[in-house]
Amino acid sequence: MNSAQKTDNRLSIEKSVPGRRGLKVKNPLRARASVPPGLKRKTAPRLPELSEFDVVRHFTRLSRLNISLDTHFYPLGSCTMKYNPRFNEEAAALTGFAGLHPLAHDSSAQGTLELLHDFSARLCELCGMDAITLQPAAGAHSEFTGLLVAKAYFEAKKENRSEIIVPDSAHGTNPATASMMGFSTVNIPSGADGRLNVEDLKRHLGPKTAVLMLTVPNTLGIFESNIEEICRAAHAVGALVYMDGANFNALIGLVKPGDLGVDLMHLNMHKTFSTPHGGGGPGAGAIAVKKHLTPHLPAPTVKKEGTAYASNFGDARSIGKVKAFFGNTAVLVKAYAYMLAHSAEELGDIARCSIINANYVRSRLMDIYPSYSKEYCMHECVLTPGPDMTAKGLKTLDVAKRLLDYGFHAPTVYFPLIVHESIMIEPTETESRETLDEFIAAMRAVRDEGLADPQTLKDAPHTMPVKRLDEVQAARQPNLRW
Amino acid sequence: MYIPHTKTDKEEMLAAIGAASFEDLIKQVPSKFLRPEFKLPAESLDEVQAAARMGTLAAGNKLPLSFLGGGAYERYIPAAVKAIISRGEFLTAYTPYQAEASQGILQTIYEYQSSVCALYGMDCANASMYDGASSFAEAVRAASRITGRKKILYSAGVNPQYMDTLKTYFAHSPEYTYIRIPHRDGIIDAAAMAALLDDKTACVAVQTPNFLGLIEDISPVAEMAKKHGALLVAAADPVSLGLLSTPGEYGADFAVGEGQSLGLPLSYGGPYLGIFSCKKEYLRQMPGRITGLTKDKDGKRGFVLTLQAREQHIRRDKAASNICSNEALCALSATVYLALLGPEGLKELAEANAGAAAFAAERLASIKGVSLKFKGPFFNEFVISVPTGAARLREKILARSGVDAGLPLSPLYPELGETLLVCATETKTEADILKLERSIRENL
Repeated sequence: MNSAQKTDNRLSIEKSVPGRRGLKVKNPLRARASVPPGLKRKTAPRLPELSEFDVVRHFTRLSRLNISLDTHFYPLGSCTMKYNPRFNEEAAALTGFAGLHPLAHDSSAQGTLELLHDFSARLCELCGMDAITLQPAAGAHSEFTGLLVAKAYFEAKKENRSEIIVPDSAHGTNPATASMMGFSTVNIPSGADGRLNVEDLKRHLGPKTAVLMLTVPNTLGIFESNIEEICRAAHAVGALVYMDGANFNALIGLVKPGDLGVDLMHLNMHKTFSTPHGGGGPGAGAIAVKKHLTPHLPAPTVKKEGTAYASNFGDARSIGKVKAFFGNTAVLVKAYAYMLAHSAEELGDIARCSIINANYVRSRLMDIYPSYSKEYCMHECVLTPGPDMTAKGLKTLDVAKRLLDYGFHAPTVYFPLIVHESIMIEPTETESRETLDEFIAAMRAVRDEGLADPQTLKDAPHTMPVKRLDEVQAARQPNLRW
Repeated sequence: MYIPHTKTDKEEMLAAIGAASFEDLIKQVPSKFLRPEFKLPAESLDEVQAAARMGTLAAGNKLPLSFLGGGAYERYIPAAVKAIISRGEFLTAYTPYQAEASQGILQTIYEYQSSVCALYGMDCANASMYDGASSFAEAVRAASRITGRKKILYSAGVNPQYMDTLKTYFAHSPEYTYIRIPHRDGIIDAAAMAALLDDKTACVAVQTPNFLGLIEDISPVAEMAKKHGALLVAAADPVSLGLLSTPGEYGADFAVGEGQSLGLPLSYGGPYLGIFSCKKEYLRQMPGRITGLTKDKDGKRGFVLTLQAREQHIRRDKAASNICSNEALCALSATVYLALLGPEGLKELAEANAGAAAFAAERLASIKGVSLKFKGPFFNEFVISVPTGAARLREKILARSGVDAGLPLSPLYPELGETLLVCATETKTEADILKLERSIRENL
């Protein structure tokens, strides 16, 4: 990010020159096109007219205005910004995978079907679950799929249950998904130690409870130590326990969620399984379930018949499709490539090193950025600005923005909502000790600087392509297109 | 490998933490749950071995000369598109929550939204949904929220997978009814629609070119819907809009599409790109992320995620949708692809599709026993009737000639009899199409 790029922030359309061309399409069959004039568009679309080089330079310059994982440490809590292996990208781009049409005959798709079959089996084993669907396109989409499965389960049992219980530390997608499904959400406050209070939970559980949605470890980076009792209490009233697997990086190869008593859970390929976030997608999800929920999984899944693989469309108990075609298969191919690179023991190292890294950062910062929890954390920790900073009017936002100037992406801020001024840090296992030391030094420097001259932080960032942006104007007078 | 820690690193870090061992750190996990047995390979593959394994699996897929369409299209992906989206600065970034550090991705989303609006003739667009099916379902949901009505009319020409997805989205709400408007000669039966439409109808959902490949004139449909206060949800393939009338021109309230056509590989179903756009009066009912142009404190142009009060991380159970991750990198592919094509290139591309399909239809119709099912104009796919079982015929041609002649439609449209949906895009040459013709002739 240097000053040369800061001077040119024109849109592609502003660089457009009438008559300039990038791609041409010369297929001679073009001449045979005939569309009745009444069905033709009346005006040409206002798209930029640029040469190929103009386009490549435009987007290359834009790319350099981004902080990314490849260029910067990205300690975003609950987002698991781990290294995205390049091998995975190359594997998914192989023509055999990339060129396969989603409606291809099963006999044309044996390689992909075998991959999905093996991946499904390995994920079930890793999670201690019985069956899995790889159809959801993302985490929130998985939650939606999971609740549909739960709904179908209760319908089959002719039970009418209307409530979803969610702890107040949950991701926003949990209550949003519940309401999308027509459930009402019951919020349960976390106890002082950041855990769900089992007695409190029991008071809320009843014949109306459909599902308890629980993030394990939770968004405070704490393991629900009472999980077994929690599951037992939920099951006692006939409810299901859904594990939000956004934080599975803390458990992979260490704990099987199925052993804890959960009935269904989701996985995010773009978190635990190292596929890139792409600036906000695409991801891929999965819902793993215990036997009693298997018949309700979406279709298709993959089955093996003799030596051949086939799409399995299930039966009338399946919830149907949550997405056109199979799923975000290319993302699944990348995640499978990542799986191949790990033995059972090495999968456990992911969890172990992510936990060591989070505790290392926590232990070296908590003297000035107090930790929400007094215990060791799992794969992420939640800190806050210290009282000395608060006294100077310094907020979490100021720390986050100043960190950008130090060459670090900001941690997740103001989440979980239950911690005032929270700073949520998830280093992941792929960051080295040296990088963590640099980050720790930057966090300490930001604090010292803020105490000496609060305005420096208030005005930050100073070195980014733009300064703090007027979000109020953006929302009041929306300018959303050229 | 991917974890940098040496044994010494781990020991020294644990010491710095003040923990005697790793087990000290996870005392909060009941020990009975720790270290279960995993029936997983005891050895991982190194990159050489993994490359061999992935290569074998990829080679296990047989890629025939394919004339499959039906909502996903074989396209040439320009090298420049691949080069841009593989840049780590785009590939490995997160959702642009820290706007100052994410101007590149935010500007590309703004340019994407603008390109979609230009293509579809609509007022505003979001940053993308999962795929065409989820965009379609969310648009119908929004139409229902806006009108407060629960009756949904849909044309028989809407992609059946879109309808399946929609019904799944509404599975919890038995009060919704879906009524299929039958087709007549492959397009909406206007008289039947008039009889079904009433003041309880939330929306009329249509698609053009429709699933059978036919180009529909939607203007009269839009007028009829409006008379009853019903909204118009239109699905359209983006490449077809290089030539064809836009949803904006025929009065759609919501316009959606499958963006796979804009520079994305087929990849057995995804990731694709859900295009979502609407009229400006429905902006605040739009799901998903939206990027807006604004100024920084020095008055300089900049971009932010905006109108976030609709979204799950703010509104939680009151959000317009639960969507969080979308398909940003796929939207970038589409943006680069459209910038490379420009208006003229897009027109040429659409013509190449229409021309290839026209030639294919002409050749196949010349085969004795094969005929075009419908007379109406089509874009890049069309339906042929075949004399014997279409599914068997497809398998036979595939096995003997290595050509996938198209999608048998009888599972989806039993009323059409033995038919194949045949698609030809810009990737098909005259020779390819003659090979298709020959392979059908030889296997009939």
